[in-house]
Amino acid sequence: MRQPKIIIVGGGLAGLMATIRVAELGVPVDLFSIVPVKRSHSVCAQGGINAAKNLKGEGDSPWIHFDDTVYGGDFLANQGLVKNMCEAAPAIIDLLDRMGVMFNRTPEGLLDFRRFGGTLHHRTAFAGATTGQQLLYALDEQVRRHESIDRVNKFEGWTFLSAVLDDAGIARGICAMNLRTMDVRTFPADAVIFCTGGIGAIFGRSTNSVVCTGSAQSALFQQGAWYANGEFIQVHPTAIPGEDKCRLMSESARGEGGRVWVPKQPGDTRHAKDIPQNERFYFLEEWYPKYGNLVPRDVATRAIHKVVFELKMGLPGGPAVYLDVSHIPREVLNRKLEGILEIYEKFVGPDPREEPMKVFPAMHYTMGGLWVDNEQQATSIPGVFAAGECEYQYHGANRLGANSLVSCIYGGMIAGPSAVRYARNLEKGCESTSAEVFERERARQQDITDGLLHQQGTENPITIWRELGEVMTENCTVIRYNANIKKTVGKLAELSERYKKINLQDRTQWSNQTLNFTRELGNMLVLAQVIALGALERNETRGAHYKPEFPERDDANWLKTTLARYNLGKICLEYQPVDTSLIPPRERKYTAAS
Amino acid sequence: MPDKKIIVRVKRRQRPDEPVRWEEFELRYRPHMNVITCLRDIAERPITRDGRESSPVSYEANCLEEVCGACAMLINGQPRQACSALVDNLEQPIRLEPLSKFPLVRDLVVDRSKMFEDLKRTHCWIPIDGTYDLGEGPRMSPATQETGYPLARCISCGNCLEICPKVNEHTQFVGAAIVSQVRLFNMHPTGKLHAGERLDALMGPGGIQDCDNSQNCVKVCPKGIPLTESIAAVNGQVIRHALKTWFTGRD
Ligand SMILES: Cc1cc2nc3c(=O)[nH]c(=O)nc-3n(C[C@H](O)[C@H](O)[C@H](O)COP(=O)(O)OP(=O)(O)OC[C@H]3O[C@@H](n4cnc5c(N)ncnc54)[C@H](O)[C@@H]3O)c2cc1C
Ligand code: SF4
Ligand code: FES
Repeated sequence: MRQPKIIIVGGGLAGLMATIRVAELGVPVDLFSIVPVKRSHSVCAQGGINAAKNLKGEGDSPWIHFDDTVYGGDFLANQGLVKNMCEAAPAIIDLLDRMGVMFNRTPEGLLDFRRFGGTLHHRTAFAGATTGQQLLYALDEQVRRHESIDRVNKFEGWTFLSAVLDDAGIARGICAMNLRTMDVRTFPADAVIFCTGGIGAIFGRSTNSVVCTGSAQSALFQQGAWYANGEFIQVHPTAIPGEDKCRLMSESARGEGGRVWVPKQPGDTRHAKDIPQNERFYFLEEWYPKYGNLVPRDVATRAIHKVVFELKMGLPGGPAVYLDVSHIPREVLNRKLEGILEIYEKFVGPDPREEPMKVFPAMHYTMGGLWVDNEQQATSIPGVFAAGECEYQYHGANRLGANSLVSCIYGGMIAGPSAVRYARNLEKGCESTSAEVFERERARQQDITDGLLHQQGTENPITIWRELGEVMTENCTVIRYNANIKKTVGKLAELSERYKKINLQDRTQWSNQTLNFTRELGNMLVLAQVIALGALERNETRGAHYKPEFPERDDANWLKTTLARYNLGKICLEYQPVDTSLIPPRERKYTAAS
Repeated sequence: MPDKKIIVRVKRRQRPDEPVRWEEFELRYRPHMNVITCLRDIAERPITRDGRESSPVSYEANCLEEVCGACAMLINGQPRQACSALVDNLEQPIRLEPLSKFPLVRDLVVDRSKMFEDLKRTHCWIPIDGTYDLGEGPRMSPATQETGYPLARCISCGNCLEICPKVNEHTQFVGAAIVSQVRLFNMHPTGKLHAGERLDALMGPGGIQDCDNSQNCVKVCPKGIPLTESIAAVNGQVIRHALKTWFTGRD
C-alpha cells in the first residue's frame, strides 16, 4: 500500500497531538513551525485543563461539563462535538499523566483539581501555574521520541505561506519560507493539518505570544477556506497591562480564592492594605453571588469595564482593579500559583503574596477560526484539516477557562487520524499532481516577497501594526458600537492602502525578520476585516460580543454561525444554523442558579 | 524637561561570516520598558545615534513572559532573557550581544538546536505504549511532584550552557540543563524503568564527567532550577549504574 504523506503546520498542543496520532499510525509527518515547537505559544497557558474526573465527590460528570461549556458559550457552539470532547476529557488527562506531566497531587497521590470560571465544580487539573508549558513539554517529548525513529521530520524555522491547490481546488501540499535563508519552497502532501493557534497580534497588545498573528489562517481564507464566527473575541478580565504585551494573571488565581475589588470610595489613595474590609467593593461577589469571582470571562470583563468607566470607581493612576490573593496562605500560593506570582513580581515589582495586584482586561483568545465540519476537523478546502485555537468549533460565543487546552488536544486527536483516512482514500496522491501546479504557487509567493523587497515608500510596518492594534482594541473588543465598527472598517481600508507603501528597512535575504513580519501584517489586515465585518452585522449581544445598542441575545435572528468567505478580493458573510439538538437554548444568567 | 533617553549598544553581524559591528541607538524612555521594547523601537526607527540609517536588529522572542526560552542573549555581559530584563534595572548603555556558545545566525539570533538534539540523544521522554486509553497514570506522592515540577520548568534557554566553562569548542558537554532533565525522567515512576538508557547516554564523551563543578549554571537559570543538586544526583546514579554494569556486564 502507498504510504500517505501528511504535513502538519504548527507545533502547539494541537499540532503535537495530531503529529503523535499520525506517527502512531505508522505514517510519517512533516511538522512545520515558525518557532522550535517547544517554544510554541501553548507554553503560556497557566491555569489548567478541564476534565470532569469527579475526584472531589461533587457529582461532576462529562454531561455537566458539556452543559457548562455550551451555556458558557451562549449556545453558539454546535453541540455534538462539544459533548464528545467533554466525554473524552477524563481519558485525555490520564494520557497526559501517563506521559509524565507533573500535575499537582493530593495526599493520596491522585490528581488535584481546582475551580475555574463558569462552573461550580473542581474540574481543572493543573501543574502549578504553568500547566500549558507542562503539557506542551510532555507532547514535545513524545514527538521527539517519534522523531528519533524517523517518523517525524521537523521543519522548525519555516513559515507557512500558502496551500498548493490543484486545478480542482484540492490541497496537494504547502508553500513555505525558510526564515533563515528566506528560500520559498513547496512541499507536496496528501493532507495538511493546520494547528497555527491564536490571532492576538491583530489587537497589538494581547496576552498572546509574538507569533500568534493568524497569518496562516488568513492566507488559507484568502485561498477559499471559510472562516467562522470571527467576531467572537475573548477579552480576559485580569491581565497586567504592558507596552509589549499584556501579561495574564490566570483565572486560577480566583479559582484558588482570589478576590476582585476596588475601594468603595472612588479615588481613595490609601495603600490597599490600609483599606478595611467594609470599605472595599467586591463587585463580582455582590453582583453574582452564586459564581462570585468565578463568573465567565465575558461577564467579569464587562463588570470591570462598568466599574472603571461607568461608575468611575477604578484605581487611581490608570484603569485597573485589584486582584487580591494576599489573604491566601503563602505555602498554598507557592505550591499552586507560583508561576504567575513570579510573573507579577518580575514584571511589576511588588509581591502579590503581600499586596493585591493591579489588573485590567486584555484581548486573550479567539473563539472564531477556520470553519471545520463537525466530524473530521476538515476545513472547506479538500485535504486541509484544522485543530486548536485556529479553528472555531468548541467554544461558541465565549470560551470557559481551561477548556482550550482540552479542545486543542482533542481536536488534534481527531484531526490526525481523519487526515490519514482522507489521504488513504484519495484516488490519486500528491505525486500525481503536475510539477507545474507547485511551481505556479511557488512563483506566486516568490513574487509577493520580491514585490515587498523592491517596493519603495515611506511607511513602516511596525507603525501600521500599532495603529491596527489600537483601532481593533478600541472598537472590536469589549463594547461594540456600530458607528465605531464602521469607522474601524474605514481605518482598515486606509491601513491596507498604506501597506502598499511600506518601505522595508531590511532588504537582505538572510534571516530577514522585517520581511516576514510584513508578510504576516498583510494577512492580519485581512483577518481584522473579517472580525470587524462580522461584528458589524451581528446586531445582538451574545457571549463576548456585546452591543449596548442591542443588549439582548436574539435567538430568532442570530442563533447562527457566521461564515466569512473570500471572493475575488471581497469578504462576504453567510450564516449557518447551529446544532442545538442536545441542550435547548435557555437564558444565560450568572446572577442566579443556571 | 526633555524626554529621558536610553542608550542601547548592539553587537551586530548580518551573517555569521561578516565582521562584527557595534551600533548604538538612542531611544525614548518609558516606564516598564524591557529589552524587547527597546528592540521594537529600533525596528520602528532603525537610525543609529550618529544618524546613520541601519536595519532592524534580528532577535528571537515569543512569549514575552519568560516561559518560552526564545529570547536568551547577553545583556551587559550576563546571559539572560531579554523579555524580563527591565530597563529600569539595567546599567546604561545597555549592551546586547548574542550568546557566544552557539552558532550565530544573525545579530542576536543563534542556533540552539544542539539542546534539542541532546534531549533526543538522552531519551528525555516517558516511553508510553500508545495514546489509546490505558487508564490512569501511576500514583505519585506530592513530595515527588514537588521535586519534579521545578525541574520540568526548564525552558531550554541555554543560559546555563553559555555560562559553563566546560561548554566550549573543545568539549561536547551536554550542559546542566540536559543532566537535570535526565534526573527528572529518572525519578518518574515510569521513566525510572528506563533510567539505564539515559545514564548510558551521559557516560560517553560530552557526558556528565565533563562537568567540573564550577556551579555557575545555577546562578543564571531564570527558572531557579536546582541544577547543582541535579548534577550531584545524576552523578550518583551514573556511578552506581557504571558499577552495576561493570559487575553484571549489563544493567
Ligand atoms: C497567557 C495565556 C494563558 C492561557 N491559559 C490557558 C489555560 O490555563 N487553560 C486553557 O485551556 N487555555 C489557556 N489559554 C489558551 C491556550 O493557551 C491556547 O488557546 C492554546 O495553547 C492554543 O494552542 P494551539 O496548539 O492551537 O496553538 P499554539 O500553541 O499557539 O501553537 C501554534 C503553532 O503554530 C505555529 N505557527 C503559527 N503560524 C505559523 C505559520 N504561518 N507557519 C508555520 N507555523 C506556524 C507556531 O510556531 C506554533 O508552533 C491561555 C492563553 C494565554 C494567552
Ligand atoms: S536549566 Fe535553566 S538556564 Fe539551563 S536551559 Fe533550562 S531554564 Fe535555561
Ligand atoms: S520571549 Fe519567551 S522567554 Fe522571553
